[in-house]
Amino acid sequence: MQPPDLERRAGDALSPTLADYDAVRATFSWGQARERLAGLPGGRLNIAHEALDRHLGTPTAERIAIRFLPREGAPVDISYRELTERANRFANLLAALGVKPGDGVYAIAHRTPDLYAAALGTLKHGGVFTPLFSAFGPEPIRSRVAIGEPAVLVTTERLYRRKIADWLGETPCVRQVLLIGEVDEAPPGTLDAGLAMSAQSPDYATRPMAPEEPALLHFTSGTTGRPKGAIHVHEAVVAHHITGRYALDLHPGDIYWCTADPGWVTGTSYGIIAPLTNGVTLVVDEEEFDAERWYRILQDQRVTVWYTAPTAIRMLMKHGPALARQHDLSALRFLASVGEPLNPEAVHWGRATLGLPFHDNWWQTETGGIMIANVAGMPIKPGSMGRPVPGIEAAVVRHTDDGIELIEDPTETGELALKTPWPSMFRGYLHEEARYRRCFVGDWYLTGDLARRDADGYFWFIGRADDVIKSSGHLIGPFEVESVLMEHPAVAEAGVIGVPDEVAGETVKAFVSLKPGQAPDEALRREILALARRRLGPAVAPRQVEFRDRLPSTRSGKIMRRLLRARELGLPEGDTSTLEGGRE
Amino acid sequence: MNRETLRVVVLEELSAIAPDIDIEAIDDRARLRDEYDLDSMDVLNLLTALHQRLGVDIPETDYARMHSLQDLLDYLESKAER
Repeated sequence: MQPPDLERRAGDALSPTLADYDAVRATFSWGQARERLAGLPGGRLNIAHEALDRHLGTPTAERIAIRFLPREGAPVDISYRELTERANRFANLLAALGVKPGDGVYAIAHRTPDLYAAALGTLKHGGVFTPLFSAFGPEPIRSRVAIGEPAVLVTTERLYRRKIADWLGETPCVRQVLLIGEVDEAPPGTLDAGLAMSAQSPDYATRPMAPEEPALLHFTSGTTGRPKGAIHVHEAVVAHHITGRYALDLHPGDIYWCTADPGWVTGTSYGIIAPLTNGVTLVVDEEEFDAERWYRILQDQRVTVWYTAPTAIRMLMKHGPALARQHDLSALRFLASVGEPLNPEAVHWGRATLGLPFHDNWWQTETGGIMIANVAGMPIKPGSMGRPVPGIEAAVVRHTDDGIELIEDPTETGELALKTPWPSMFRGYLHEEARYRRCFVGDWYLTGDLARRDADGYFWFIGRADDVIKSSGHLIGPFEVESVLMEHPAVAEAGVIGVPDEVAGETVKAFVSLKPGQAPDEALRREILALARRRLGPAVAPRQVEFRDRLPSTRSGKIMRRLLRARELGLPEGDTSTLEGGRE
Repeated sequence: MNRETLRVVVLEELSAIAPDIDIEAIDDRARLRDEYDLDSMDVLNLLTALHQRLGVDIPETDYARMHSLQDLLDYLESKAER
């Protein structure tokens, strides 16, 4: 066996895919990027064709596509050929059930191989795939089903019984509930998908799609109103593929671990699609975060490229360097992070403890893929999101009376904007054309994030332009939380904000005022918290609930979350001229 | 502190963090994550609260062992005996 330091050097010899950022950027075109794909006759394509079928008949077919690590027991290896066959069986099952191209398929399940087969099988069949986070409570699931009206829900028996069975009768759109994973007894109205897939043929001719046909529907949260369903099309795979190469430095044969759950956009774009189109081996761990287990996975699976998130990195940092040093992490070549800004200490910690720095990058549900990144071939600026990937033009803008203007001053903060179009750009918010149009001014997509661009062209995240909360890298819409709090009969008003947290970045805190005659006691506080957790699930529910006699609101009755937050954190209160009753 | 008292303390702290759990009916062997919807932030908050309340040192490397209430009680009991 080679000593670890020699192996590391061998790994380093692999040259970065984006060794000369400026040169590649100068000559890059999306047309060339598209030529890297296999494509289908007549200018058509299909994400699943790029992820799976194109590898058949090449040596990659027998390479491991997914190395699945069950909670307990030995790893399960699934080759590209086997994953293709499993996805084909799922596509055939959809066809047999009368599911049509364009129909929605939602998945609410934890990470098991059939979740990946279902995602890819849906795409093969021309369906529109939506992942939902399995830690959502019944309400976020119900509201997203009501908006997207899927024909099929893919879930597990346990999640179905706990979170779906009670309300599904109210949503006639859902024609099939398919249970993956172990099924003891399929409840009435559901089907054991594992069994049903095994009875289907492993051959399926992937449907050639027009590039602009919808493939994915990802939900995200805004400040007001319902969750937004961002529509992505098959053409997006052009960006998934090339950013996987450029921003994550994926080389064929890499052992790649994306720790994001497929219930979120990162876990789909970079947890399913980009790694498979790039022919790497994807490590899929069934278990949730566990520091010791994670180091063991990095070591035992010889992970070469690791894409994770600031919350996880901060949790590892809390465990100290000793645990890391007990493990042989010499196979690692490239580390990346996404979800929220990675603090500079974490970049340095990676270098000191893991032997490599983390490369922070930035994107959002609407952009579909990585837009701004610290890439392998250029110096990292710790704390910065990096520079726009080739093909992407980014700017910082200020709003004027008749539009926007670009900010050149490297010290000035403005809204981060991206020049349209790019292949993985969202093509709409489902049923909300006006809300979609408001995201654009002229050629520019406005991200809602505040940033500045330094003199070297690196972008720095400053904050959100709105009230959305980012907890453990996930966006949480305050309105969705407030709406559930308002369901409690004692609650008069609710205001929800993010408060800083050393591990999660932010956590959700709720302020409520009560109706006359209600006593703000501990029993009631717990009742309200319990309601929120039951309906929303732990990932979305507030961690803290506090009573207030009244909440600051505008004269038109809108809760001023900004002011709640300023008061909670001791920040300047800013403009309070619209405050009902003036300053308190 | 005997196991029964320890159980009462743990359930008090658990229900402060997740009052949605019916602690009368809790299954000591069930996985807290799967059956009672605790996430890693909840577990972190629970162990921090128990550390403060009981004065028991709980190194972060041990967090992952506590899948169920029973695991948690076994662990705290063994710590308290020392």
